[in-house]
Amino acid sequence: MSNAKASSNPFQLFRRRLVLLMGSMDLAITLLLALAVASVIGTLLQQNQPYADYVIKFGPFWFEVFEAAGLYDVYSALWFLIVLTLLVLSTTVCVTRNAPSMIKDMWNLRTHVREKSLRVMHHNTQWPVKLPSEEVALALEKGLTEEGFRVRRTVKDEGLLLSAMRGGLNRLGYLFTHIAIIVICIGGLLDSNLRVKFAEWQGDLKVETRDLATNDVPKESRLPVGNQAFRGSIQIPEGRTANVVFLALRDGYLVQELPFALKVEDFRIEHYATGQPKSFETDLILYDNDLPEPLKTTIAVNHPLIHKGYSIYQSSFADGGSNLTMKAWPLDDRSEQGAISFEGKVFEKRQMNLGGQSLRLEINSFRPFNINPDPTEEEPERLRNFGPSFGFKLRTATGEAKEYVNYMAPVMREGRAFYLSGVRSSPAEEFGYLYIPIDRQGSLKTFTRFLQRLHDKSAVEEVSRQMMEETLSQMSDTSDTRMKVSLQKTLTTLVTMYLKGGFTEVSEYIETSLPENQREKLGPAYLSMLREMLARLYFMDKEQTKPVTEAELLFLQDAADTIGSLSRYGSPVYLSLRDFEHVQASGLQIARTPGKSTVYLGCALLIAGVFILFYLPQRRFWALVKQKNGESEIILAGMSNRNPRDFDMVFNYIATKLKRAVGNSDSQ
Amino acid sequence: MTNYETMMNRDSSSTAVQWSWWLLMMLAASVLFSMYGSLFDIYEIGIVIFTAAGMALLGQNWPGFRIHIVAVTALSLIAIKLYGADLAAPETSFFLNYILASQSAIMWMSALFVMATFAYFIGLFSRSEFTEKVGSAMTWLATTLGMVGLMVRWRESYLIGADVGHIPVSNLYEVFILFAVITALIYLFYERRYQTRALGGFVLLVISAAVAFQLWYTFGRNAADIQPLVPALQSYWMKIHVPANFVGYGAFSMAAMIGSAYLLTSWARKVKPDGLMSTVMPDLIVMEDLIYKSIALGFAFFTVATVLGALWAAEAWGGYWSWDPKETWALIVWLNYAAWLHMRMIKGWHGRPMAWWAVIGLFVTLFAFLGVNMFLGGLHSYGEL
Ligand code: HEM
Repeated sequence: MSNAKASSNPFQLFRRRLVLLMGSMDLAITLLLALAVASVIGTLLQQNQPYADYVIKFGPFWFEVFEAAGLYDVYSALWFLIVLTLLVLSTTVCVTRNAPSMIKDMWNLRTHVREKSLRVMHHNTQWPVKLPSEEVALALEKGLTEEGFRVRRTVKDEGLLLSAMRGGLNRLGYLFTHIAIIVICIGGLLDSNLRVKFAEWQGDLKVETRDLATNDVPKESRLPVGNQAFRGSIQIPEGRTANVVFLALRDGYLVQELPFALKVEDFRIEHYATGQPKSFETDLILYDNDLPEPLKTTIAVNHPLIHKGYSIYQSSFADGGSNLTMKAWPLDDRSEQGAISFEGKVFEKRQMNLGGQSLRLEINSFRPFNINPDPTEEEPERLRNFGPSFGFKLRTATGEAKEYVNYMAPVMREGRAFYLSGVRSSPAEEFGYLYIPIDRQGSLKTFTRFLQRLHDKSAVEEVSRQMMEETLSQMSDTSDTRMKVSLQKTLTTLVTMYLKGGFTEVSEYIETSLPENQREKLGPAYLSMLREMLARLYFMDKEQTKPVTEAELLFLQDAADTIGSLSRYGSPVYLSLRDFEHVQASGLQIARTPGKSTVYLGCALLIAGVFILFYLPQRRFWALVKQKNGESEIILAGMSNRNPRDFDMVFNYIATKLKRAVGNSDSQ
Repeated sequence: MTNYETMMNRDSSSTAVQWSWWLLMMLAASVLFSMYGSLFDIYEIGIVIFTAAGMALLGQNWPGFRIHIVAVTALSLIAIKLYGADLAAPETSFFLNYILASQSAIMWMSALFVMATFAYFIGLFSRSEFTEKVGSAMTWLATTLGMVGLMVRWRESYLIGADVGHIPVSNLYEVFILFAVITALIYLFYERRYQTRALGGFVLLVISAAVAFQLWYTFGRNAADIQPLVPALQSYWMKIHVPANFVGYGAFSMAAMIGSAYLLTSWARKVKPDGLMSTVMPDLIVMEDLIYKSIALGFAFFTVATVLGALWAAEAWGGYWSWDPKETWALIVWLNYAAWLHMRMIKGWHGRPMAWWAVIGLFVTLFAFLGVNMFLGGLHSYGEL
């Protein structure tokens, strides 16, 4: 405090100030709370999402601000690491400063106390005894030892002093707890990706953001086998082998090489009777030249494989490139060409000529079954199996893509069967569904034939002519050819408009092309004529004598609804799934955590320390025995470093016991 | 078991009783081993021994706890006997249907906790010691029935299917019962220690709130159905991680409720020193002491729970720490109380600021317990709302 020499040296002064600051409780508490707040941010803002999602969410400006602040990966942001480091430093300073005195305190019985200080302790009492002090001291010593205290007797000017302590280990609690924090953080540091970050910062490593085959990933994005910590994942299709994992980093990844190869023999999901998944398991073969023979084993969630310090966990599953047989049904004026069959694989991307248009087909998912809530039933909570489905994107030459999900099995709506196909333009949207009616033979033929007829110019011409003539025959003046031509043309246009955008398009056409005073009367008339034309086109090849059935009318209605929404569907074909061969991929997480045992050691210290701190208080007693002409006077004082109120009881108890032991002559 | 140890309990039990209690617990553990030993793995054997020792320690000077354990065991065994192998037994058995089937027992628990809350408050403000004692009795009964409910539910899950059976600490419905029971037990422990029932109403208020939430949750979402475990939860770690966590949550909640009692009392004593509130409540020092004790207890167990969570995560997810929202919030709760403890211990803060901080702590804890599941998701899959 008053070492003038030291403080005159500015460097030492600074160092001393720094140590003082680092060891201050205010800083420690500020750091504890700062860490808490930083963690809150990390949970409120979803971490490590694709960067594109953040841009959509925050807009370009805030995206950059947040990126600069490292908020997409708070827990490895520089400022977060600084807060952690400061906390470790602060704890270290605190421990090193306190440790010597605490260790001393664990043994030191404090034999140097004076009578005066005993008298000012919060807990003290005194009483006279009619015994010589030697005898009294012996009795007291015995009493305290019985209660588990360590006792030492010293001879003072004032008399005999007994110093006693119990729970000296309490100080160990402090040391354990705080050293544990340091140990855990060091262990955590060993397992962090700091080395990778450093190498990246030095330019030795580059995060790969392209979607490449493993072998094509350049050397500067690969990490060789070593003893560093990492945590990566990989999906291995059944029957395939891999010897690397991918470490996700910001918006890209790095490839970590492994000293062994893993083959996935089989991946299984078992189910409970209720349909919920019961277990995810993978049969693995591990090939390592150091092993006499390949290691065959099965891993499951909660049952990892540990080999050479590498832990291999079951963490997810995905499609492993299932083989699909599909059929493309044209949905436009080429529908007379009929459906074509072709094969494909999940995750395959191929350029195809679909419905006369060059499109890129990107199949990206397949599910062997879909247990979903049924939207059409009365009880939406009831789960129903919608059968297999596959998802794909159709990308045009300009790069625009719509995403589809098609279900293999028909769905039933009010007793009628439909193929179900979902479509959306971006992942942010919900799927909208197209229901395509299926005929009694279970085929799309009736539907496509109807569609084809609507595209057939001569058929439409013919029906328009019929309609025109029938309509005009009801009027008086039938010879006006101009009117004939105009009406027939309007009717044809109605069909074209309908194909272009359904009934909405037709209504719009009527709105814009008819003069206002005729709109009210003619509008509904046009619409009903259009419906009549659709019906005639539909029934065109039906024998006149057969009666029209209810089922046919319903089919017509469904088909008309579907065709009306084809423009929004946006695909020139409907891809139906005919057959599949399911191939799964097992998602493995592979980690190397060399700091783990350090962390666990820290955890053990922490738990031991905390319980010692709270439940093993340090308690001290002093008894000063003063000789006064053949009689003795005892001054008993005590203190505890924790829970003063509990100590009230302890003190009373010990005092009573000791008074009894030496024969209390105090009558009170 | 020196006198020194036992002196802290005002009326410690006689050595004979203590010995018999330890013996009984050992006996219970051995019976379990002889019946099911072949099905246990090493961890489960450890858990049984640890549980038996824990119960022996808790019960050695606490008669109420001994009766509670014996009653829970007897009632659960009766229920299991009545069930036999038939999950539909409650339809024909009056006892099961109205008292012992897990849902019935839990309904009784809920009703009794709410009634006990009223009894404590009425007893407090009418200065009727008898009514307060009724409150204590109801709390004991509620705790016992809650525990029986959990035990029977455990059995019921096995009756549904051998592969479905699991300890009932796996979803929000089940942990709410656990929360109520553990919080009540912690409170009852201190009630006896400090010989004051004045705080019962306050602590039971948070239990009643939990019960009310749970009732809404049960009826609103059919949450009481026993669901099989998702693969990630099929681990012996769950058996210790979750209960340890709930000792933490329970103790922190109790600290917060006593904190609010502290704030009300200190306010009442300022504005109306001779008013009812001012006179019926115990010393502020006593409450302050209790707040510290509960936070310390909570902190110790929360430390254990978080470490256990890390060990489990290392086994299930491939990393002892993944900054998963639930993990992170556990850390936040922990750091918050670490700061609280230092403020008290080293900066010597006390009184109202610390009581306020304890109350705010409840909201942080509540978010970690419920908010994370409701708003943040993550790898902790139980109880999505
Ligand atoms: C995450 C970090 C830390 C944790 C978990 C922690 C935990 C604890 C606990 C549980 C106690 C016992 C409190 C009580 O008995 O009420 C304690 C006491 C203490 N802590 Fe910390 N601590 C941390 C960091 C620090 C730091 C950075 C310092 C120094 C600046 C520090 C200094 C102390 C001191 C001096 C005591 C009192 C010990 C005694 O008198 O027995 N702690 N700590």
